[in-house]
Amino acid sequence: MSDKSFSIIGTYKTKNTVERTAEIIFIACAMFAVIAVFSITIYMIISGTPAIFQVGLKDILFGTVWKPTAENPSYGILYVILTSIVGTILSILIGVPIGLMTAVFLAETAPKRLAGIVKPAVELLAGIPSVVYGLLGILLLSPVIYKLELFVFKGSSTHQYTGGSNLISAVLVLSIMILPTVINISETALKAVPVQYKHASLALGATHIQTIFKVIIPAAKSGIVTAIVLGVGRAIGEAMAITLVAGNGANIPLPFNSVRFLTTAVVSEMSYAEGTHKNVLFTIGLVLFAFIMLINIVLNKVMKGGKKDADS
Amino acid sequence: MPIVKSIYDKRPRPLDAILYCIIYFCASISIITLAGIVTYVTMRGISSVNWNFLTTVRSAIKGTFGIAGNIVNTVYIIIITLIIVVPFGVGAAIYLSEYAKPGKLVSLIEFTTETLAGIPSIIFGLFGFVFFGTTLKLGFSILTGSLTLVIMVLPLITRNTQEALKTVPSSYRSGALGIGATKWYMIRTILLPSAMPGIITGIILSVGRIVGESAALFFTAGSGYLLPKLGNYGEGLFEKVLQPGGTLTIQLFLSMEKAEYDNAFGIAFVLLVIVFGINMLTKFLSKKFNVNK
Amino acid sequence: MKSIKRIAVFMTMLFMLTSVFTACSKSNNDTQSSDNTTAGTTDNTTTDSTTTDSTTTDSTTTDTTATDGTTTDTSADLSGTVTMAGSTSMEKIANAAAEAFMGKYPNVTVTAEFTGSGAGIESVTNGTVNIGNSSRNLTDAEKAGGLVENIIAIDGIAIVVDTKNTVANLTKDQLAQIYKGEVTNWKDLGGSDQPIVVIGRESGSGTRDAFEELVGVKDACKYSNEINSTGGVMAKVASTPGSIGYVSLDVVDDTVNEVSVDSIQPTEENIISRTYLLSRPFVMATKGEISAQSETVQAFFAYLQSTEGKDLIKSVGLFLPN
Repeated sequence: MSDKSFSIIGTYKTKNTVERTAEIIFIACAMFAVIAVFSITIYMIISGTPAIFQVGLKDILFGTVWKPTAENPSYGILYVILTSIVGTILSILIGVPIGLMTAVFLAETAPKRLAGIVKPAVELLAGIPSVVYGLLGILLLSPVIYKLELFVFKGSSTHQYTGGSNLISAVLVLSIMILPTVINISETALKAVPVQYKHASLALGATHIQTIFKVIIPAAKSGIVTAIVLGVGRAIGEAMAITLVAGNGANIPLPFNSVRFLTTAVVSEMSYAEGTHKNVLFTIGLVLFAFIMLINIVLNKVMKGGKKDADS
Repeated sequence: MPIVKSIYDKRPRPLDAILYCIIYFCASISIITLAGIVTYVTMRGISSVNWNFLTTVRSAIKGTFGIAGNIVNTVYIIIITLIIVVPFGVGAAIYLSEYAKPGKLVSLIEFTTETLAGIPSIIFGLFGFVFFGTTLKLGFSILTGSLTLVIMVLPLITRNTQEALKTVPSSYRSGALGIGATKWYMIRTILLPSAMPGIITGIILSVGRIVGESAALFFTAGSGYLLPKLGNYGEGLFEKVLQPGGTLTIQLFLSMEKAEYDNAFGIAFVLLVIVFGINMLTKFLSKKFNVNK
Repeated sequence: MKSIKRIAVFMTMLFMLTSVFTACSKSNNDTQSSDNTTAGTTDNTTTDSTTTDSTTTDSTTTDTTATDGTTTDTSADLSGTVTMAGSTSMEKIANAAAEAFMGKYPNVTVTAEFTGSGAGIESVTNGTVNIGNSSRNLTDAEKAGGLVENIIAIDGIAIVVDTKNTVANLTKDQLAQIYKGEVTNWKDLGGSDQPIVVIGRESGSGTRDAFEELVGVKDACKYSNEINSTGGVMAKVASTPGSIGYVSLDVVDDTVNEVSVDSIQPTEENIISRTYLLSRPFVMATKGEISAQSETVQAFFAYLQSTEGKDLIKSVGLFLPN
């Protein structure tokens, strides 16, 4: 390779060709990335809409009977949607406060050696495949929930027993799954708050607890909101880990009912669905898609609002 | 004015005590749970992992179990996904940060990239199964799985590279252009090497994501567990790309479903070690490159 | 530039390490190359002592030295791929047949995916796989789509309960009542006071279709758990007291109790003569006749119909069709 043609002393023509080629290659890469990004969006929309015309939007979204392979198929996913919403909200209500308090503990009030051991363990757990949580759930959690179920519904003749695979098992597995993510990111955010804030607050006479809850946490708000968004994303998008602990019956989301999430519905039926059934599965995917967009937009607005307050 | 014994005595605040209790309570719940998970997986998994487990393939006829095939499948998927995604991702990031004029197009692309990063992996699996598997007739194969993962990991690599490129001081750029270097030359010799730590961190993060991925690969890469045949000239290694191959995580799920818990915990332990290794590598690389800077 | 070179070198090294790992690992090809025997020896594939009841000649590695020149020539020449997809109940036979066939013809690759009977039929109709495994008969609509039903074995569906359950027999009507949700406690069936946990398969499952049709509860079942594979149902029943489920007969082991239906046990004669209510065929569906498939697929079916293949089918716990 002669350095001459690529140095400033080289000819204008060679330089120009190389430049133009490089620019074209980069534009092509960007186009590919854009196509990849858009194609999945457009494909989901295109594949999800035929079912809306074939079955009718109301029947799908508000119907309650899911029997896609029966003689008279019915595609009502209302209970499935409700399960995803209820399940995600419950797992966030359990997971986020515990995670946040643990992050506070790790960042502020823990002895240094304990924090040094716990933080790498939490990072490790945030990275392992979520199926491991499902494994532990079905091995350790389901029998306990089954015993609880037997106790709560003793003598009942109308309850359909689920053997430990129900909404409450799935919610507990999801909460444990989002704990490491929430702890990691919140702790980083809390540590990133400038130490002057803490010193100023303590100097003014506030106690440690007051400083934590009134100064540090609000200052780390955007990081904490990011942690929550990521936790929500993980909870709502989890499919394989909760397939076995959720039970897979399309019922109303009560704690001891065997339920089906939007994601587990897709997993269990994807391989053999055909025709209208397949289109309805794409519609389920589209609903999931819409939920994620909604959550992203709402939480981003909250974050932007928070940022304005911090700056003012 | 409240009557206090001395100015150093603060008013007793019961709320503080309650909050301390809550903090310690929550922290102990999570630490005990998380430490318990790591300990349980290690204890139960380490007894199943031996040399046979790691280097043999599952035999239906002999009734033995081994994950050698799954390990090789995981390596294949990582390599093929990275080969496709790194050039395109880095190229796109370079275009977005160096060549494109900031404006609506760029912010639209960035918004879509952000959203794509949050989409559940099962949707990628659905898309890959229908588009790559059925429409492009690739069926269940490592290639289908890799292509699906490419779409999933592309935003991650693009975003990380963009961040890395942003950290390069603009004085580098102006200096290079000032002495007459052309744009591509500057990118090649100055920007990329400076941004390389961030790019490599992004690549390692995506390797971590690929290893942990189960939903997207379940219906695209299948569950095959055999080692690739060597063939006459080693072409078996390339034919493997078009055959189904189950990764470690997929095999973990399948063993879990069939309640072969010893095997499942063995695989979980192997995955724990791999993720630990990836974390250590990331930390080591970021320390090394930050100190040099 | 240097860093890119470093990355490329690293990837190449990783690739080479993988190939070395592949070459050195003990794969089935190595241990079974000694099994490249002729058609004369029977049962050269099972070393498992519990299932060798069908063999009279002891044909382990000592017999492999007696090789017939002509057959080894054709087995060395045959190459290609056979892809299967479908029923999870057929996992045992599909994996065993794949391994045995690949041991006999080292240049052939046989792969099998287990996604459910409905998915298998769908895949073979689409042309993405060569053989679709189904654990029920094909419907007329599926046959009209060009599929040919090749029955390779007969299997029974076993009704299983957990080991603590004392109920040992159920009539067809009782089964129907349990699965429709009309009977909800074991004490109504002669067992202890334990609520019944009804476990079944997902709607694309061949086992579910066959079961519901034979018991007469099609589209009327109320499942509390719909699990995606036969192995999964076994696992759930084994770990949940008071549960009941249906699985393929060949996966039943001692973690669960089998229940006889109408006082008939699922033995070989009862299943082949169809006196046992729940028996269904294992179908390997192909698009078009076997003679229209590729040479490798034809050789695969020929293997299954040979003595070796039939012994293999029997050794995994299935029964041969008459």
